[in-house]
Amino acid sequence: MASTERPLSPHLQIYKPQISSTLSILHRATGIALSAGTLLLVYWLVSAAAGPEAFATAQGLVGSILGRILLFGWSFALFYHLGNGIRHLAWDAGWGFELPVMHRTGWAVVIFAVAMTLIAWIVALVVLGV
Amino acid sequence: MSTASNTGHGKASMRTPVARARGLGAAKEGVQHWWAQRVSAAALVPLALWFVASIIGLAGADHAAVVEWLSNPLVTVLMIVLIGTTFYHASLGMQVVYEDYIHTHWLLIVVNVGTKFLCVLLAASAILAVLKISLGA
Repeated sequence: MASTERPLSPHLQIYKPQISSTLSILHRATGIALSAGTLLLVYWLVSAAAGPEAFATAQGLVGSILGRILLFGWSFALFYHLGNGIRHLAWDAGWGFELPVMHRTGWAVVIFAVAMTLIAWIVALVVLGV
Repeated sequence: MSTASNTGHGKASMRTPVARARGLGAAKEGVQHWWAQRVSAAALVPLALWFVASIIGLAGADHAAVVEWLSNPLVTVLMIVLIGTTFYHASLGMQVVYEDYIHTHWLLIVVNVGTKFLCVLLAASAILAVLKISLGA
């Protein structure tokens, strides 16, 4: 551990949650969730390669209630991380650092993620013929 | 400076201060990591959108339909690129998370290298699965 004799910045708990910090934490959390979610992608592909029976088992798991909840969370995480990732790339290019712009793009990313998740699931349910 | 070669732990050392500092900080390959994370992110924007659109189209599909989809050469290539880029981006991202929260040096190395090994293993498995289906083995 580093020496704590130097001045420390205030701890996280005493900060009021703000859109900037909340979305930053959410970006990291969705990144970790998506990393773990790659296990599902690998399982799905490997079971498809293993044959129709293994694939049917995989589709059954994905189509179960728990599977669909995980998939719903995964889809939101993907759309959020994608939208906020583009926001990060814009910052890296030097654009959008002004506070009002930063707040607007933040809310735009939240709306984008929620809307895309809902659209994706509505279309998927239409494809399924539900 | 007569104490320049001191390790700070009361033991004399023949090593120069720069030798001790080398390899300890981010001024080693941080820029390369930062840039690789951005390039893989940019590549994943179209790849992820294409993948999600494809998966939605495959909702409830049976084995034959998925095999037919993956056997399309364009899909095979895009899937392999998607898998490689995804695991590369994930390993770069997880490394940053570990570096922020794991303060024990040996543990950081073990967890980080373990994640890299796991990412390569998973990517290789997924790519083999795609190739096996695509080549009809």
